[in-house]
Amino acid sequence: MPTYLDFEQPIAELEEQLSKAEEIAEKSKVDASSTIDELKKKLTDTKKEIYNGLTPWQRVMVSRHPERPYTLDYINALTEGDFIELHGDRNVKDDKAIVGGFGTFNGQTVMFIGHQKGINTKMRQYRNFGMANPEGYRKALRLMKLAEKFNKPIVTLIDTPGAYPGLEAEERGQGEAIAKNLYEMTLLKVPVICVIIGEGASGGALGIGIGDRVLMLENSWYSVISPENCSAILWRTWDYKEQAASALKLTAKDMLKNGLIDGVIKEPAGGAHSNREETYKRVRKELIKQIETLSELDNDTRVEERINKFCSMGVVLED
Amino acid sequence: MSSWFRRMKKGITTPTKEKKETPDGLWFKSPEGNIIETSELRENNYVVPADGYHKRIGSEEYFSIIYDEGKYTELFANLESGDPLKFEDTKKYTERYKSSQKKTGMKDALRSAYGEVEGLPLVIACMDFNFIGGSMGSVVGEKIARSIDYAIEKKAPLMIISKSGGARMMEAAFSLMQMAKTSAKLTQLAKHKLPYISYLTDPTTGGVTASFAMLGDVNLAEPGALIGFAGPRVIKETIGKDLPEGFQTSEFLLEHGFIDYIIDRREIREQLSQLLRMFKN
Repeated sequence: MPTYLDFEQPIAELEEQLSKAEEIAEKSKVDASSTIDELKKKLTDTKKEIYNGLTPWQRVMVSRHPERPYTLDYINALTEGDFIELHGDRNVKDDKAIVGGFGTFNGQTVMFIGHQKGINTKMRQYRNFGMANPEGYRKALRLMKLAEKFNKPIVTLIDTPGAYPGLEAEERGQGEAIAKNLYEMTLLKVPVICVIIGEGASGGALGIGIGDRVLMLENSWYSVISPENCSAILWRTWDYKEQAASALKLTAKDMLKNGLIDGVIKEPAGGAHSNREETYKRVRKELIKQIETLSELDNDTRVEERINKFCSMGVVLED
Repeated sequence: MSSWFRRMKKGITTPTKEKKETPDGLWFKSPEGNIIETSELRENNYVVPADGYHKRIGSEEYFSIIYDEGKYTELFANLESGDPLKFEDTKKYTERYKSSQKKTGMKDALRSAYGEVEGLPLVIACMDFNFIGGSMGSVVGEKIARSIDYAIEKKAPLMIISKSGGARMMEAAFSLMQMAKTSAKLTQLAKHKLPYISYLTDPTTGGVTASFAMLGDVNLAEPGALIGFAGPRVIKETIGKDLPEGFQTSEFLLEHGFIDYIIDRREIREQLSQLLRMFKN
C-alpha cells in the first residue's frame, strides 16, 4: 500500500478508482478504456494542481515522504548498478549515515557521496536516520580527496535532518569535522556538484554541500534549521512549524530566488516518489550538463569561481 | 566619659566634588560566590582572582585588553543586516534587530579592529554575545570576509574571538551560508601564509564551531568555556542521559585534541605576543 500525505487524499481516491476500473475492465472484458483514460487524465491534472500549489510546509512533508528515493537509489539508477561502495574514515569507523564510492556515470567514473536514510524501521536505525557523526564527514572528505587525486568529478547527494547531536559526536569533534569539510571542499581541484534530494538541514547538509553547482530537487528543502526546531525556539512551541517553514524561505524556488543555490530540478507531478524513473532521468540529464560545463573550466578558475560564489552570499546594508 | 564614646571628628568631611564615583554594580559575584569590586575585576581582565572565573565580556573589552595601550582602529563599523527574507516570527526581525542595536549600542554581533600587540600588527574580529546571542548572520560573515582581506592587505595575522550561540535563525539560509563564506575566505588567508588564530570563548556553539572557530592554525580557548556543535540540552534530549561533568568545556576539548592550549585571559597579551613572535621569526 502506498503512503499518502494528508493533502494527497484526492490523488489516493483517484488512484483507487482507476485501479478498480482497470480491474473491472480486466475481469468483465468490457471496453472501459474511455473511463480509464478519463480517470488517468483527471489523476494527472489533480497531481499537477496539488503539487503546483504546495505550501512550504507541505513540500517539507514531501521531502520526508517514506517512499521518496534515497541516495543509494539515485546512485544505483545513475550508474546502472556499476558502483563500488568504499567504507570508513580510516580513523574511527564506518559511518552508515553517509555512503560513497566510485560509479560509472555517462561513461565516466564519478565519485558519489551522500547521506543515506533507511527504508524501514530497522534500516532507519542502522542509518541513524541519515544523521552523520564526525567520521561520516571525514569519510566523505577522504573520498573527495581520493576523487581529486585521480581527477574524477564529485557528486554529493544531500538528505539529512541534521548532523547527529550525540555525546560521542561531540567527543570526536562534530564541529571540527564539518568545518574542515567546508574548508577543504572549497579547494577541491575537480568539479563538485551537490544535489539536495530531500532534507537539507543546516551544517549537517552543508558539510558535504560546497560545490561549483548546488542544485535542489523541486520538493526538497534547505535551511539553517528544521521548521519544527525553528518553531520550538522562536515561538517556544512546536505548533508553528507551518509558519516557520514559510518564514525560513526554505523551498528550492525561494533558495534560487535568493541566489543561494544554482538551480532547481523539477520533479514529476506527484513528487519524486510518484515516478522514480522520470526523476532519475531528470537528475541524470542535469548532471551530464553540469559535469560537461564544469569540466571545460581549468581547475584554478573553477576553484576561484567557487570561492567567489560563496563569498558573495549575504545581504548587508552599508551607510 | 571616655573618648571612644564622644565623636572626635566632625561628621562626613569629604567635599562633594571629591567623592568617588559609584558606578552601577559596584560588586561582582562569581557563580562560586566569590565577590570582587568591579574596578578590581576590570584590572584583572574581568577574571575573578579567587576562583579564576572568566566573566563574559564584549569586543570593546577584548580590544582594550589585547591591543597595546588599548589603542586600535575599528574597521567596517557601518555594516548592518539587510533582512532579505523579511523574517517574522512573534516579532519582526527588523524590530528585534533595532531593539538589540538600541540596547547594546552595537550594530551587529561582531566588531573588527586593527592594532598592535607588543608592537606586532594584528587584525581582530570579535563577536559580541549580547547582540542576539552573538548569532552569525550576513554582517558577521561579511565583516570576517573583509577582515581577512584587510589582513592580507596589511600582511597581518588574523585573530577571531568567537562567542556565539551559532547561526542567526532570522537570516535562515543566508546565515547558514556564512559558514561556507567564512571557511572559503579563510583559504585565501592561508594562501598568503598569514596565521589565523582562533580564540574560543564562552559560549561557542553551532554553526560558528562548525566553521571558522575550528579552523585556526592555532585554536585557543578561555578556561571553562562551553564549546560544542550541538547544545548540551539538545544532546541530553537525544541520548536521554545526563551529560558527564565537564562535558563540552575548553578542558574537555583540549583533552580530545581540538584545542591547542588554554589561555587565561589575565595572560592573553603575553601569550598572544609570544605566539605572534613564533609565527613571525
